[in-house]
Amino acid sequence: MFDLDFEPFLVSFKLAFYTTSILFVLCVPFAWYLSQTKSKIKPALEALTALPIVLPPTVIGFYILFALSVNSPIGIFFEETFGIKLVFNFTSLVIASCFYSLPFMVQPLQAAIQNMPKSLIEASYICGKNNFQTICYVILPNIKPAVVTAVVTTFAHTIGEFGVVLMVGGSIPGETKVASIAIYEFVELLDYESAHIYSFFMISISFAVLFCVYYFNYKQRAKYD
Amino acid sequence: MINLNIEKSLFGSSGQMNLEMNLHIKQGEFIVLTGVSGSGKTTFLRILAGLEKIDSGFIKVNENVWVDTTMNKSALLPQKRNIGYLFQDYALFPNMSVLKNLTFAKDDKNFALSLLELVGLEELKDTMPSQLSGGQKQRVALCRAMISKPQILLLDEPLSALDLDMRNKLQEDIKLFHEKFNTTTIMVSHDPSEIYKLSSRVLLLEQGKVIKDGTAKEVLLKTSGSQKFSFEGELLEIYQADILNIAVVSIGSQLVKVVLDSSQAKELQVGDKVNISTKAFSPTISKV
Repeated sequence: MFDLDFEPFLVSFKLAFYTTSILFVLCVPFAWYLSQTKSKIKPALEALTALPIVLPPTVIGFYILFALSVNSPIGIFFEETFGIKLVFNFTSLVIASCFYSLPFMVQPLQAAIQNMPKSLIEASYICGKNNFQTICYVILPNIKPAVVTAVVTTFAHTIGEFGVVLMVGGSIPGETKVASIAIYEFVELLDYESAHIYSFFMISISFAVLFCVYYFNYKQRAKYD
Repeated sequence: MINLNIEKSLFGSSGQMNLEMNLHIKQGEFIVLTGVSGSGKTTFLRILAGLEKIDSGFIKVNENVWVDTTMNKSALLPQKRNIGYLFQDYALFPNMSVLKNLTFAKDDKNFALSLLELVGLEELKDTMPSQLSGGQKQRVALCRAMISKPQILLLDEPLSALDLDMRNKLQEDIKLFHEKFNTTTIMVSHDPSEIYKLSSRVLLLEQGKVIKDGTAKEVLLKTSGSQKFSFEGELLEIYQADILNIAVVSIGSQLVKVVLDSSQAKELQVGDKVNISTKAFSPTISKV
């Protein structure tokens, strides 16, 4: 069993790492905006953010495929300007995963910022700090449990994705063949032993990750109570 | 020093109301805003701090325009106003030690330590806010508000959550800072003794407007003419004892009994706000 190919796991982790990093950088300002805005478009933005939770991943995958394909304006632009194709490669997986895992990053951050005492943010303004400084020094350090939850569930959710990856990435070994796809293919080939090993791996890793998050949050809460 | 004429519509204790203030505040004044809750006191402080917008009007501080709705310019940000603000809930940053809370506002460690020393907290400089008592937290917050040597110090009922001893201590500290740094201080308070001790000028607000403006004596003392003393209270009960009508009135946290004549007994109803005063006799006073 140890001559098994672990590359799909590496691809999964690489994908999850890129997706989580990109989403964190983009979603902290976005969650901040959502938590502070009184604009009428807020409900629309929140609904759009939550869509990936309710939509079948194939729908997201389908539209991303449609939007990024070599025949679409975006696809043509990237092909002609940078000479890169946006579908059936690792880049397209990252783009698709960012959409797919968006709510898992935005929602915990937004909820935590909204729950912070308003006076802390105002006190920071009065101390002369701008929004960026307030986010870095006051908000993020005081919502650590939410940051950990957001980062880890985004990471884990990306590792667990299947439908979007299947639609957008295909199954190119070493490039877009992630663990979940590999399991699917093993089952199709009736190679149940490999499917078992891969699946067991997935369960163990996922449990360990989630356990760490909940344990960390449990410790954090104990510290503040 | 501060010239302002502002208007803002807001929801007060009795529905929609208009906050309308037209004030001139001199450098070094200690102003206390008082009045029932929902009369617009906190909103006024927040407008001065730049945390709340106005509908129309202007605020000028030493010839600098902070906001002027007739000019096509946005209001000066709170970050640029050089004010100190003390929140009711202290608003200390939980992730920073006492000293860090101060140096976050202004990176001047020596001055931070000397401020902490003034309020007797230099020993606690490395403590986290969650480990402090309410009074200690508010003293740290006061030091943080003072570290940038603000020209205006705004205090939003900073002592309302504290017990009496701690209040007295903090009143001393606030007075000390006000005098030592020659700031102009504006404070919201409900406590008459606090107002009397600290204020140089009292503004009584009602429904968003200043209805009285004067010294604490002029605004707060309820006696008029030859009255020796006078208290406001709430009528709790009227009952008959033999031929007398007796009213039970609550004044502050005390209950007193007063004899009524029969016409008054008919006129007054339980729940009425009443004024109790005496003219003929000198009240006696003794230490309890």
